[in-house]
Amino acid sequence: MSRVEEYYDIVVVGAGHAGCEAALAAARLGMETILFTVSVDSIALMPCNPNIGGTSKGHLVREIDALGGEMGKNIDRTFIQSKMLNKSKGPAVHSLRAQADKSEYSRSMRRVLENTEHLTIRQAEVSEIVAEEGILKGVKTVSGALYHCRAAVLCTGVYLNARCIYGDVSTCTGPNGLQSATHLTDSLKKNGIEMLRFKTGTPARVDRRTIDFSKMQEQRGDERVVPFSFSTDPEDVQIDQVSCWLTYTNEKTHEIIRRNLDRSPLYSGMIHGTGPRYCPSIEDKVVKFADKDRHQVFLEPEGYYTNEMYVGGMSSSLPEDVQDAMYHSVEGLEHAKIVRNAYAIEYDCINPVQLKASLEFKKIRGLFSGGQFNGSSGYEEAAAQGLIAGINAVREIQGKEPLILDRSEAYIGVLIDDLVTKETHEPYRMMTSRAEYRLLLRQDNADLRLRKYGYQVGLVTEEQYRNVLEKEKQIEEEIERLSRTFVGMSSEVQDFLKNQGSTPLTSGSSLAELIRRPELDYEKIQSIDPNRPKLPEGVREQVNIHIKYEGYIRRQQKQVEQFKKMESKKIPEDIDYEAVGSLRIEARQKLKAFGPSNIGQASRISGVSPADISVLLVYLEAHRQ
Amino acid sequence: MADVYEDTIAAVSTAMAPGGIGIVRISGKEAFSIADKIFRGKRGKRLSEQEGNTIHYGWIEENGQAIDEVLAVVLRHPHSYTGEDTVEIDCHGGILAMNRILEAVLRAGARPADPGEFTKRAFLNGRMDLSQAEAVMDLIQAKNEYALKNSFRQLQGSVKKKIQDIREKLLYEIAFIESALDDPEHTDLTGYPEKLGKIVMEQKAGIEKLIAASGEGRLLQEGIKTVILGRPNAGKSSLLNLLAGEEKAIVTEIEGTTRDIVEEQINVRGITLRLLDTAGIRDSSSPVEQIGIERAKEQAMDADLILYVVDSSAPLNENDRKIMELIRNKKTIVLLNKNDLEAAVKEEELKEKLDAPVISISVKEKKGIHQLETVIQELFFHGGISFNDEIYITSARHRSALEAADKSLKLVENSIADGLPEDFYSIDLMDAYESLGKILGESVGEDLVNEIFSKFCTGK
Repeated sequence: MSRVEEYYDIVVVGAGHAGCEAALAAARLGMETILFTVSVDSIALMPCNPNIGGTSKGHLVREIDALGGEMGKNIDRTFIQSKMLNKSKGPAVHSLRAQADKSEYSRSMRRVLENTEHLTIRQAEVSEIVAEEGILKGVKTVSGALYHCRAAVLCTGVYLNARCIYGDVSTCTGPNGLQSATHLTDSLKKNGIEMLRFKTGTPARVDRRTIDFSKMQEQRGDERVVPFSFSTDPEDVQIDQVSCWLTYTNEKTHEIIRRNLDRSPLYSGMIHGTGPRYCPSIEDKVVKFADKDRHQVFLEPEGYYTNEMYVGGMSSSLPEDVQDAMYHSVEGLEHAKIVRNAYAIEYDCINPVQLKASLEFKKIRGLFSGGQFNGSSGYEEAAAQGLIAGINAVREIQGKEPLILDRSEAYIGVLIDDLVTKETHEPYRMMTSRAEYRLLLRQDNADLRLRKYGYQVGLVTEEQYRNVLEKEKQIEEEIERLSRTFVGMSSEVQDFLKNQGSTPLTSGSSLAELIRRPELDYEKIQSIDPNRPKLPEGVREQVNIHIKYEGYIRRQQKQVEQFKKMESKKIPEDIDYEAVGSLRIEARQKLKAFGPSNIGQASRISGVSPADISVLLVYLEAHRQ
Repeated sequence: MADVYEDTIAAVSTAMAPGGIGIVRISGKEAFSIADKIFRGKRGKRLSEQEGNTIHYGWIEENGQAIDEVLAVVLRHPHSYTGEDTVEIDCHGGILAMNRILEAVLRAGARPADPGEFTKRAFLNGRMDLSQAEAVMDLIQAKNEYALKNSFRQLQGSVKKKIQDIREKLLYEIAFIESALDDPEHTDLTGYPEKLGKIVMEQKAGIEKLIAASGEGRLLQEGIKTVILGRPNAGKSSLLNLLAGEEKAIVTEIEGTTRDIVEEQINVRGITLRLLDTAGIRDSSSPVEQIGIERAKEQAMDADLILYVVDSSAPLNENDRKIMELIRNKKTIVLLNKNDLEAAVKEEELKEKLDAPVISISVKEKKGIHQLETVIQELFFHGGISFNDEIYITSARHRSALEAADKSLKLVENSIADGLPEDFYSIDLMDAYESLGKILGESVGEDLVNEIFSKFCTGK
């Protein structure tokens, strides 16, 4: 029987946020790439919240952009509101978040994909991976078609054996009633891959016309919008923005939920998957935080051309009638009509410790994966992994070293390192507290940190890279100038300080020292700095941050030096932990299970003690040839 | 590989003979400059100016006060045990002076060595034969296990509780700040710095109290854990009283008098023993006594040394069999008590059953005690009883961890005073939390993320 048989360099399975980045990276790097999706209409779909970015996730988007990914550019083209969060806090936790026009976001990404050379889009369900002796050879679709390839990236999101649940209703579909993928899990298991089952959920969408906004607080976007992408002209994003709205649950809402808990599939045992603690359903919040008399509810528009509003903060899997009553009990939602009800979704994903930091499977050469399939959650986390997986699939084919960002270089590094070295019990979400060197990993310097890698890989142009080098130079020179420029106790300076509520000088001071004062900054001292060169905003911002927080930044840089030493001590892939007699049994088991690639990684595995690390160092030294 | 080790370590490096000479060893790049800060040579020359392989006479001083008269050995890289610049301070002022010198060295900038770290460095710096790798690894692991066990066990219960308490409070605040940063539209931090300032001040005071207590040696229950076991009325309590030199345990003729654990710190020829008297082991119908027996068994499992007291005037019975079963793999000295009475148990009988020295004594007539002390001393110095260095370094490690935590909290106070944003506070708070965790042998792991999710309602 004749079947379709085609040849590609790279196969990408799934066209969500991970799949899009993987496919674009591969095709842009010149690889013949085919992207499979169960529905071409659902490319870059945002099935849950209608925004991109947010705390720490905004950092990820900036990093994706600096490396040459698409997400930042795409949201800059399609956002309808934008806000820099945490502006009153330190620069390390400033985070950009933009509300997206969902369908525009999806359409715009599809347009980019469709117009990328070397990229083929194909609607089909991939049902099998074909591997021989631990090397990936291709994939098969349900129709039996065979696609030979040299590397593949799996980005199946929440579609593997997906099941949507609310009340006693359960349907075997992916998000929004889309077709689920029911074959690939078995094929993966046959190839020795360990699968987990996770769950997540989404709140209802309600009809804008049925909401009483007069009872809610308006949440506007920023006056001046900052774009996500380093290549977007800031002037292009100063648009008329739409608002979000804030209201609260109340005792009545909580009472309705409590009374109906026995009808929740979460509590009746119908849902088996592990849900995320950071994204609790409203039932979870009411049960776990019984002492709170209200919870925030954000009404967020799903786009310009739709009346659907996302009810942020109230995801649920309660039955329809309870959802109705529960939403109606919230101020402003008394008469709200539900367009789509809330539901929980269960799906298969992998235990990500089976991956290397390159996102390649340890067991199957040429097979990579990214996104929710890897046990993460969130569009941004997915896109970040998709990009890295795509890049490394290409590098694998080219016989080049994989691109691995470490924890001191990027949130992406933290994300992937956590995934591949920590035990996962719930979908993983990025948080700023997970980044131990977060003062260095700011959203404002993602270009300075990562453009060079994007350039080396081939996704960043020569010109973009030169711009960053120029920026670096300007920052350095300006800091140097400010440290060498001194002001005396002239009346002009003293008056200036008095006006700023700052202590007058008792001796000469450098401008840098003045910037360090809590009540002053780079912009404020302009009037006593007449010889200041005209510099771009981005440079001025970096100069200010560097001088103001120098002490802390230097401390973290020192810690990073230590960290790098540990990371640079490689552990050979073929190490036999059984031969290292002095390791404690627990440590030996963990090391075997995780297979860390260096001493730093090994030291982060729970159950591996500092003494085990010492033992390992001695062993490696003794067996160094 | 030598470049891994930027920092300089110190520890007491040989077992301390009572009243004899011990060595405080400093190794690493800064060894000489650290030693210079506290060593005053007789001829006024600094150690950093001395040739390698030379010995210098002088004093260890801190704040103008002489601590001890010492000999300092200067060993230059690579010609030292570790292959690094090394100063060995030989002192003879006994345990107390030794500890004070170690503390002075640590305050001058060294870090307390991890268990087995000198040997590890020696190996990694190529000072040992590759064939010794196996032995080095075993030593590191064994020393660590011992240190870990000791570091936690030796902490006074109240100190443990206090440190746990401070850590809990710090973690709560870190989690609060982090959840506010994570979900800024949910949690407002207005007025929070003032509140945090108070909490930090309180916890810092708590830590400083512990530091003061450590200076007076009140943090640790020091000494080798020695458990007295035996059948009821074998003379265990009397032995404790005799060794301790005072009436601590209640001694009666009635079997089963000691129902709980009685503890006493004693000094045997310069070696500190933590002596625990236990309930006599037998089948008992009294639930209270039964609890005492269970506790005795638990203590025995955890002991460094067992003194098994046998009533030699009565034949061995089922209870003795049980005791011997219990202590089969423990370091034990068998005491054949009541040798003033007619013997019903023979030394050979016990030697056959237990691989342990047997001493015939009479607690009542105070006979055989001298011999007991000699056997303990021999066990101690021939390595029969564990790694005795560790006992002394533990307290130094605790102290330096406390000082690090104190310093971190001071930085939080500075940040608050300077009006720095809240995200800076949690960085130093986390450092303090981590330092305190070292004392309890706990690493941070997922503590913070767990705390955020369990205490604060965050997320969409």
